[in-house]
Amino acid sequence: MNNMSQTPETLLEVRHLSKNFGPVQALNDLSMVVRAGEVVALAGDNGAGKTTLIKAISGVYAPSGGEILLKGKPVTFASPQEARDQGIETIYQDLALADNLSIGANIFLGREPMRKALGFLPVLDRAKMAEAAKSTMALLDFHVSRLDAPVSNFSGGQRQAVAIGRAVYWNAQILIMDEPTAALGVPEQRKVIQLIHQLKAQGRGVIFISHNLQDIFAVADRIVVLRRGVQAGERRIADTTHDEVVKLMVGG
Amino acid sequence: MWMAAVIPPDGKPTSMTQTSDPHVAPQADHADKARTLLQRVADLRAWLFLAFLILGFEFWSRIAFGGTFLFNPFNIQSIAIFAVAPLLLATGQTFVIISGGIDLSMGFIMGLAAVVAAHVINWASPGMGLGMAVVFGTLVAVAVAAIPGLVNGMLVAFLKVPPFIGTLGMFGVARGVAFLLAGGTTVPVKNEVFATLGNGKIYGVPYIVIVTAIFVLIMHYLLSQTKFGQHNYAIGANVQAARRAGIDIKWHLLRLYILSGMCAGLAGVLYAARFTAGAAQAGEPLLLDSVAAVVIGGASLFGGSGTILGTVAGALVIAVIQYGLVFINVAPFWQFISVGVVIIISVLIDQAQRRFSGGRQSE
Repeated sequence: MNNMSQTPETLLEVRHLSKNFGPVQALNDLSMVVRAGEVVALAGDNGAGKTTLIKAISGVYAPSGGEILLKGKPVTFASPQEARDQGIETIYQDLALADNLSIGANIFLGREPMRKALGFLPVLDRAKMAEAAKSTMALLDFHVSRLDAPVSNFSGGQRQAVAIGRAVYWNAQILIMDEPTAALGVPEQRKVIQLIHQLKAQGRGVIFISHNLQDIFAVADRIVVLRRGVQAGERRIADTTHDEVVKLMVGG
Repeated sequence: MWMAAVIPPDGKPTSMTQTSDPHVAPQADHADKARTLLQRVADLRAWLFLAFLILGFEFWSRIAFGGTFLFNPFNIQSIAIFAVAPLLLATGQTFVIISGGIDLSMGFIMGLAAVVAAHVINWASPGMGLGMAVVFGTLVAVAVAAIPGLVNGMLVAFLKVPPFIGTLGMFGVARGVAFLLAGGTTVPVKNEVFATLGNGKIYGVPYIVIVTAIFVLIMHYLLSQTKFGQHNYAIGANVQAARRAGIDIKWHLLRLYILSGMCAGLAGVLYAARFTAGAAQAGEPLLLDSVAAVVIGGASLFGGSGTILGTVAGALVIAVIQYGLVFINVAPFWQFISVGVVIIISVLIDQAQRRFSGGRQSE
């Protein structure tokens, strides 16, 4: 294994991954790694294969070829649930939150904690949910006073934080974020960029898909550019420019 | 490799973290407080309306008849009995409406259960004894009521039929089967225990009201304190989110519609007990009342919100209007008009509330 203080541990490695839908080759021989505490941006035009790639990583699609290694061990996921159980969480663009429930209830949605009332009657453990919501949100440097309010009361960026908080609470090691800033105003975008920095500081790996090069340059360590299902290039953010990335994306 | 040690994994929060907008969260929180208070008031609107209504009838009664409306035990008893069947339907309907669906078949499932209960109790009474026959008849009737519920659930969950259409079809089927079983007429029940259940009282409280109260408490627990209830809210708000969270939507919907069928079944049994007869059309006028009770109780027909306690208030509002108008000697047809107006007002309030809370801060 890696020496932690020198090279961060490799969390996820994708080797020669391919995916075809019938005759359509959506992804062809793609390889990439995500290390602990690293943000890897995926960029590319529409139809470049970004979504196919993250769906293969998150267990939605079974790859046609190649392999996925998690902390060095080859894995296959039959469902997104299996990927999630192994610590790969996807934060969807359209926010998979139930608006009418509190932060805690959203964090625990589908895995609600129960307690016994009066010694025999199983009831939802709302205190535990609220407590988890508070500590998780504090971990993301996000403070709310009303833990029982439905998340519809919060702004877009705050809701994004709740979605991220859920992943963090369930100890996701790799977070895949699909256009997390797309639907947000500028101050909210900054808030989300900050959240990604927090995740990074906690040693998690982040795969960040965005059309917004400014966001990518603000938060990512590396960028992987896809074009028509193949890798068009990989750069360290520190060593590249907007122009170069755009050239990689459009080709030529 | 070139990307080695870009950022130390245990590095402190970077400078970006400190450039946060300190005003974003507190500002939103302020708005939250005002909004949550408003929501609380809105959630109580059915109870406020009920109090207002009772007060109105009380005044009218004192002025017109020189007597009390509210403090007359007979009136309270009558209103409670009035409310039993619509409330039982409405508790099941509350669950369905919160999930984003609707169950139009409940009225005739109730009639079907009433007819089945009547037949089974008549058939079983000589062999089993009166008490056992009632228990057996009740179980059979509720189980039979679960069957159309199961079919509704399969239509909605597996065949993706919109609830409105699927349960409308079942409305017709249950209606036809109920009338066929009843032979097109009412089925009288000869069983004293059953008649006592339907008309007896203890300390002035009718048995059917006690049964209903216990059942409603159980349903309140189910909705507010269990995973089933929590998932029901989540599904009504965002099916995608619920699915991604690992909730088995199909299994949930199946159980949901079976539950609403069984609520209608219990309503049918209590109806048969009260009138010592099963009638296919028992629940016919009650379906709309059940939806009305849920809506007046603060649930949204778009799904995702509503409570059993609100529905209780909604059902009482309807019962008080219906009984109160008879009490003050107004032509009974005014009931339809006033209940209709109350429904429309409730929906308008819900929409106003929705528009208000929809305008969340875009920051």
